[in-house]
Amino acid sequence: MHAESEIREPLILGNKTYHQISEDIVRPIEGKATKQWYMLLTLATICFLWGIGCLAYTIGTGIGVWGSNNGVDWAWDITNFVWWIGIGHAGTLISAVLLLFRQKWRMAINRSAEAMTIFAVMCAAIFVVLHTGRPWLDYWLFPLPNQFGSLWVNFNSPLLWDVFAVSTYFSVSLVFWYTGLVPDFAMIRDRAVKPFSKKLYSLLSVGWGGSARHWSRFEEVSLVLAGLSTPLVFSVHSIVSMDFATSVVPGWHTTIFPPYFVAGAVFSGFAMVLTLLLIMRKVYRLENYITVKHIEYMNIIIIVTGSIVGVAYLTELFISWYSGVEYEQYAFLNRATGPYWWAYAAMMTCNVVSPQVFWFKKLRTNFAFTFVMSIVVNIGMWFERFVIIVPTLCRTFIPSTWNMYHPTFIDVGIFTGTIGMFFTFFLLFTRYFPVIAQAELKSIVKSSGQEHKEKAKHHHAH
Amino acid sequence: MSNVTIHAIFDDEEPLLASAKTLRSNGISIKDVFSPFPVHGLDAAIGLPRTWIAICAFIYGLTGLSLATLMMWYMMVHDWPTNIGGKPSFAYYMNMPAFIPISFESTVFCAAHGMAITFYLRCWLVPGTKPKNPDPRTTDDKFMMVIETKEENRSNIESMLKKDGAIEINNSDFKYRN
Repeated sequence: MHAESEIREPLILGNKTYHQISEDIVRPIEGKATKQWYMLLTLATICFLWGIGCLAYTIGTGIGVWGSNNGVDWAWDITNFVWWIGIGHAGTLISAVLLLFRQKWRMAINRSAEAMTIFAVMCAAIFVVLHTGRPWLDYWLFPLPNQFGSLWVNFNSPLLWDVFAVSTYFSVSLVFWYTGLVPDFAMIRDRAVKPFSKKLYSLLSVGWGGSARHWSRFEEVSLVLAGLSTPLVFSVHSIVSMDFATSVVPGWHTTIFPPYFVAGAVFSGFAMVLTLLLIMRKVYRLENYITVKHIEYMNIIIIVTGSIVGVAYLTELFISWYSGVEYEQYAFLNRATGPYWWAYAAMMTCNVVSPQVFWFKKLRTNFAFTFVMSIVVNIGMWFERFVIIVPTLCRTFIPSTWNMYHPTFIDVGIFTGTIGMFFTFFLLFTRYFPVIAQAELKSIVKSSGQEHKEKAKHHHAH
Repeated sequence: MSNVTIHAIFDDEEPLLASAKTLRSNGISIKDVFSPFPVHGLDAAIGLPRTWIAICAFIYGLTGLSLATLMMWYMMVHDWPTNIGGKPSFAYYMNMPAFIPISFESTVFCAAHGMAITFYLRCWLVPGTKPKNPDPRTTDDKFMMVIETKEENRSNIESMLKKDGAIEINNSDFKYRN
C-alpha cells in the first residue's frame, strides 16, 4: 500500500467500498438509457449521415466540389485533419505520460480520454484518405512494388512519415485502450444477468480472471506500452508539423513547428476531454470520481500548454521580423492584417488571452465556466490550423496567384459529419463500455479515497 | 493419499497478504491468487518470478528497427534509387536522417504489438475461452487464494487461513461456475 500525504485532496469522494465502485461504474451500462442520450445520439447520427452524404458526393464527383483551388490547395481538409489529430493527443498523454509520472488522478479520466483519442484519429483519417483526390488509390501510400502502379513510396517525404506515424499511433492507442478494458469487461461479465450481455462481455473480456500472474504481466504491459507511447505521442504531431515545416513556403518553413504543434495538440486535447467529461460526470452521476480536483488539474495543464502556444506565436512573429527575409515578414503581416485578420484575431483571443483567466482559482474550479472555456479553446485551435494553412497559401510568392478561399456546402458537411461521427461513437462508448478504469480505481481507494484519508487524519490527531 | 485444492476467499487485500506470508513462511506454496485489481506486494508474497514480457518487447522493437532499415535500404537505395530533389541516395548513410522517423515508428509498432500479442497468448486470453476465475465475485470485491496440497495438510492450512481472516474456505469438490 502506497502512503499518501493527508493534505493531498482525496481523488474519490464519499465512502466507497470495492463493490460500490463496481456498482457506480456499471450503472450506465445495466440501466436504461435516458431520453437525453437518445436525443443526443439522434442528433449526432443525423450529422454523421449528412457527412457520409457529402463524402460520397466528393468521391463520386471529384475533389472540385470542395472550396480548395489552385493557390489554396490545402484548406479545410488539412485544417480539420490537424485539428482532429491534435485532439487525439490528450488520451495517450493522460494514460501514458501521467502513468509514467505516477499521477493517480489520471485513473478517473484515462479511459474516456483514450476512447476520445481513438475516435478523433478516425475522424482525422477521413480527411487524409479523401484529400488525395482519388481515395480508391490510397493503397499507393503503402510500400508496394512498382507494378502496383507507382514507384516505391518516397521515404524522404514527411507525408509518408505521417502515414506511418498516424497508423502506428492509432493501432498502438487501440491496443493500449483495449488491454486496459479487459479486466473491466470481466467485471461486467461476472455480474451480467441477461444472456445477451453475458455473451457479449464474455467475448470482449477474452476469459480474463484476474490471476496474480496475469496481473503482473498486465502491469508490465501497461508500463512498457506507456513508455513506448510517450515518445510516440510527441513524434506524431512533430511529424504532422513537418508536413509544413519541410516545405519552402514562407510562414511554414520554421524549426519551431514540432514543439509548437505538440503543445497545441495537448492544449486542444485537454479542452476536448474537459468538454466531454463535464457532461459525462453529470449525466452518469460520476461526481464522486471526476471531482473538482480533476477539473482543476486539467485546467492547470490548459494554462501551461496555452502559454507555451502563446510564446510560440510571439516567437514566430519576432523571428519573422528578425530574419530580415521579406517573404517571411509579409507572411506574418498578412496573417495578422490581411484578408483573414479575423481568423488570426480569433486564434489569438481564444488560445493566448482566454486560458490566462485560469490563474484565478475561482474560475478554474467553476464547472460551467470551464465548460465554456473548453469550447472556446477548441474553436481557437481550429482557427490556429486555419490561419497556418489558408492565409499562408492565399498569398504566396507570385501576386498573380493570390486568391481567396471560401468553403463550400460540402466542406462544411464533411466537417460536421466528422463531429457527428465522433459524438455518435462517444455516446455509444459511454453506454456500453465502462467509462472509468474501475480496477485501477479500486487499487487507489485506500490511499486516495476520502473516507480512508479522514480515518488516517484522525489516527494522527490522537 | 489424494491431492486437494483449497479455495480461500478474502474480502480485503490486507488479510490476503498476511495470509500469504504466513503460508509461505510455513513452507506451503500458493498456486494462484485471483483479485479484482493488482495487489501491490502480492507477487513477492506468493513468490512469483518477475515477468519476461518487457524483454520480449525489447527484442520485438529491435526486430521492427531492423525490418524498417532493411525495407528502406532495399526500396530507396538498392532496388530503385531515385533522384528526389537532389537528395543523395547512393548509400544508406547519406539518406539516413530522412529515415529516422519511420525507423522509430516501426520500432514502436513492432514492440507494442508484439508485446500485446505475447501477453494475450501467454495468458491465453482469447475470445471464446471460459472465464479463468473460479468465483465470479473475484472481479468485483473478493480475493481468492488457491492452494494445492496433500489431503493430510488440509486441516492445518485451513486453520491458518481462518486465523488470518479468510471469510470462506471451500475444497476442490465445490463448484462455483455452472
